Order: sequence, then C-alpha cells, then structure tokens
Amino acid sequence: MAKKISKELAKEFYTNMYKIRRFEEEVFEFYKLGQMAGLAHLYIGEEAVATGAMAAIGPQDYIGTTHRGHGHMVARGADMGKMMAEILGKATGYSKGKGGSMHIMDMDIGILGANGIVGGGIPTATGAAYSAKYRGTDQVTLCFFGDGASNEGTFHECINMAAAWDLPIVYVIENNLYGITVDMRRVTKEHDLAKRAIGYGIPGYTIDGMNVEEVYETISKAVKDAREGKGPSIVECKTYRYHGHNGSDNCAYRPAGELEEWKARDCMDSFKAKGYLTEDEIKEIEKSVDKDIEKAVEFASESPYPDASELMTDIFVD
Amino acid sequence: MRKIFYRDAIREALDEEMGRDPMVMMIGEDVGVGDGTWKCSKGLREKYGDLRMKDSPISEAGFTGMCIGMALTGMRPIAEIMFEDFMLVAMDQIVNQMNKVSYMSGGQKHIPMVIRTTIGAGRAAAAQHSQNLTAAVAHFPGAKIVMPSDAYTAKGLLKSAIRDDDPVIVIEHRKHFSVEFDMPDDADENLLLPLNKAAVVREGKDLTVVASSFQVQQAVNVAKHLEKQGVSVEVIDLRSIVPIDKETIIKSVKKTGKLLIIDEGCEQFGVPAEITAQVLPHVFYDLDAPIMRHCAPNCPVPFSPALEKLFVPTEKTMLKAMKQLL
Repeated sequence: MAKKISKELAKEFYTNMYKIRRFEEEVFEFYKLGQMAGLAHLYIGEEAVATGAMAAIGPQDYIGTTHRGHGHMVARGADMGKMMAEILGKATGYSKGKGGSMHIMDMDIGILGANGIVGGGIPTATGAAYSAKYRGTDQVTLCFFGDGASNEGTFHECINMAAAWDLPIVYVIENNLYGITVDMRRVTKEHDLAKRAIGYGIPGYTIDGMNVEEVYETISKAVKDAREGKGPSIVECKTYRYHGHNGSDNCAYRPAGELEEWKARDCMDSFKAKGYLTEDEIKEIEKSVDKDIEKAVEFASESPYPDASELMTDIFVD
Repeated sequence: MRKIFYRDAIREALDEEMGRDPMVMMIGEDVGVGDGTWKCSKGLREKYGDLRMKDSPISEAGFTGMCIGMALTGMRPIAEIMFEDFMLVAMDQIVNQMNKVSYMSGGQKHIPMVIRTTIGAGRAAAAQHSQNLTAAVAHFPGAKIVMPSDAYTAKGLLKSAIRDDDPVIVIEHRKHFSVEFDMPDDADENLLLPLNKAAVVREGKDLTVVASSFQVQQAVNVAKHLEKQGVSVEVIDLRSIVPIDKETIIKSVKKTGKLLIIDEGCEQFGVPAEITAQVLPHVFYDLDAPIMRHCAPNCPVPFSPALEKLFVPTEKTMLKAMKQLL
C-alpha cells in the first residue's frame, strides 16, 4: 500500500489527472464534430499511470510513448496548444501537422516521440537509455506501451538487451486488457505481464494502475534503481480505457458491467475520496485547468492548416 | 598509390571516424570480440571499448531501432546488419521509424545513423544469404542509400555517411571484402565522397553502361575488351542509389545514344526500372535504341553453384547484353 503524500504532490497529481481527462474530452469533441481527421486513441481512464510515472522522473529524463500517448505528453507538461493543433493537423502543431495524434514529439522535455506501430517505439527508448549510459549521464528513460506491445518481438529483443547491459530504463506496461477488440486473457496464458521479468533476470512489479500514489511509488523505486546503475525493471499497471480503442469503437466486445466496475474505481474519484485536497482546492485546480484547456482549444481551432509547400520539406535535413 | 583490402578500407573509415568523434559507435552481430563477420572492425573493440563496438544478440529489429534512440540523443550510431536478407527482420524499424522521424516530427529532429549491410550472390549461400534487396529498401523515402564499388569508394562513402545528419544505408558487397584495391595517396582521413553523385569511371562514346557495386569492375573489364574491337563504352559507377544522380547519366546518354543498366537485384520492380523512368523523358530524342537492363532473373537465389552461376550478371552475359545494343 502506498505511503501518504505531501499536499504539493497531491495537487500535482490531481492537476495532471484532471488535465489529461479534460484534454482528451476536448479531443473527442473535435472528433465527434468531424473537426479531427484520423484516429483518436483516448487516454481517459488511465490518467493515474501517466501522472504517477511523470512525477517519478526528473526534467533531464526521457520518455518513449505510444499511439495512446496524449496523457504522457500532458502529464510531462507539453504545450497543450501545440498538441491540440497537431492533433487537428494545423501548421502550429508540434510537427507542423505532419505527424498528427500518433506522432507527437518534444525533445525539449525528453519526449522521444509517440508511435503508430505497436511496440515500434520500444527500441528507440532503449537506445536512448544506451546513449545515457554511454554518455555517462544519470538520465533514465521511461518506456510506455500497452499489453498489446508486450506480444511484439521488439518487447523481447529490447528488454533482453537492456537487462544484459544494465541500461537505465523502466518499461511501463499499461495493461488495459484489450488489444483493440481482443481481450488479452484470450491470447495470453499468464495475465500478470510483469512476471515476464523473471525470464530477463530483472525486477517486475504488477500494480494497481488506477492508484496514482502506488504508480508513483513503484516507478520511483524502479527509476532510482535504474539511475543507480542497477538496470531496468518492468512495471505493469493494471488499468482500463473507458473509451474504445479509438473514436469509432463502440466496445461491443466487452462484457456487460465491466466498464462500470472499473469506473467505480476511477483514479480521480478514489483520489478525491482520500481527502488530500479540500473541495475548494479541487475546484480551484479544475478552474485553472479548464482555462488552460480552453486556451489550447482556441489556439488550435484558430490556427491555419499547413501550406502546400510543406508537403516535401523535412524528409531530409536540407 | 598504396594497396589495401576493401575490408581494411572500411576498418580505416570506422577507425578514423570513431577517433574523430566520440559519439560514433557501432552495434551489430559479431562486430566486437569477433572483429566483424567480414573483419571490418578488427581491433576496434580493444581500441574504443565494449560500449562503442557492441556485440548485439541476434535481434536485428532491436539493435537497429536502438540506434534511432541513440541518434535522437546526440550519438552517431552505426548498425551493422550482416546480410541485407536480415534487414527484412528490421524493416519496421527502418521504414516506419528511422526513415520517418524527421518528417513525422516536422523537422524537429533528424537521425544521423548509418546502417552497413552486405549483398552478393555467387558464394553458394543460397536464397536467404545472397539477395540484393536494395530496390526494396530504396522504395521508401527518408534514407539515403549508397553502394561502394572498391576500397576508395568504400572508405569515402562510409566516412561521409557517418558524418551525414540523415539516415544513410551503406550496402557493401561480400565478394569485395578480400579483394585488394589501389588507394590513392591523398585518400587520407579527409576523404569524403558525396553521397549523391555517380562517377564516370571510363569514358566512351558508343554506349553508356550504368552499374553499381561488384558489377562496376566487371563492366569496365568488358569495356576494355570491346575497345580492342573498336567499340567505345562509357561506364558509370552509380555509387548513390537514393538519390539517383540522373544528371550524370543523362549527360552520358545524350552523348552515346544508348543505355544499358546492370544490376544484381532481381529484374522486376528494380533499380534499373527506376533509372529508366527517371532518365527517359530527358533522353527520349537522343536514343538510338531502347534502354536495356541486365539483371538477375526473377527467382530466389539458387544454392547449387551450377544454378547460381546463371543467376548473377557475369562478364560473359554483360558482353552479350552490350553487343545486343551496339
């Protein structure tokens, strides 16, 4: 069970969880209105994972994220206006609209890039950890991916190498139970994915991903070990996406009542119930976040689309 | 002029660049303790340490993809993929990741990494250790691709590739590693060859032959043979596959009126087809004959030496192809 946390940290936790949820709600609004092209992989329901994890690392550290990566970006303090603009394909977005929702990068805050290929970003994150080790910095990499990616070859290849060479990296599995429509319990015998750590000779932790303090505490320990040269770990956070795989998924494959069971353990509701923050403090946080979200939405809405001249730039340096 | 083995020219390039820039490292199967499958990294692990000449497990996607993360964080990694055939295992990391970071990030970051790999049928290594898959890799935007044809170009192109800020794939030929070449005296640590230029290696006026890698020297030999019969063949060493230096080819074809493109890859959807499409609109009215290609047939590389010798273009088959055009 997680220890008590400070008021300051409690405020940070609630701010980030609320910010992620509000941001994603606005993304979904754009999607439903037909103003967001493409796919919307929402992080709603999983906010405690990104929030607890980001609080456990320093400003110099790296993050590898996924197609469901908005939450990691927001919790890391990315510019929500530039994020939203990118998601809408606008010229003012992080990638001038060329990457979109699944390919947001901000190396200024250590975000190595999101990825549209499940498991595709695990090698990049592992390489950043190798680089930190070679350069002799104390940087740690957090590598996020889902239960789906844990069955990709890159998972095995990279964790094996990171373990063999004691690389400073923490593999955070967001086990939300479903790879699009497929229940992971139908395609995987052992449902606690962190147990795979035994095979690599590294620590593995299976924790409640709906509990932000537990995520923070466990990842803090894993990060400390990594920073001290003790090598990588796997932290599996059991969590749930309230929405479908993407915006058009109605979740017909889920058993009745499952969503309600998880919502009864909602990370924000359960956090509020612990009484770290007063009603007024919560209201104040929400008001301030709402204002930031409104600004981001306005910025993205009013931004222009990229010029046709952008089509053939940025393929190479020149 | 000094003599140097092709593999030692590569080693020289690696040694010089690793000595010059501490951010250069190489990772791959057998590159460290084993000195490299082709002995191109002999002694470099001892000289630069385990982390800079890193023996990987057999995980092509993993270690190739790791180079992207290294490149994003200030390093200049080189991935050695033993055979181009094995590159297919790492294809997502190359095509979907390495090639696209620059574009997907709106130019925020570029990937200064190199992939060294090898091709070459003719050594009875059969269908999965012999292919030339260059055309398959060249299809995807985002990486430059070069193919050296001797020790000089092997060194000069690799050094340029390591210093380049974009991904560069360097494709070496296995039949070259143990060949001794002439190396000009001025080809020292400052030797940097452009990554986007072909070279006219033999001037002629009756026929243009474009070749790459191992086929260049063979084409030159055939050209020398034809010279005795009073035929003058211009041979162009392609060197760069992406981009194709079409200006050099166009200039030559405008002079000769005839173009033969030789390639060790299978004929269908290959590099010669691409060159033809790029060059044809510019030379249409200069041509005295259709553009011809001479490639490997559209079958997997056979094992039996009796069949394999029918697979790759040889001086004999090149001569036949050239005579067809003359």
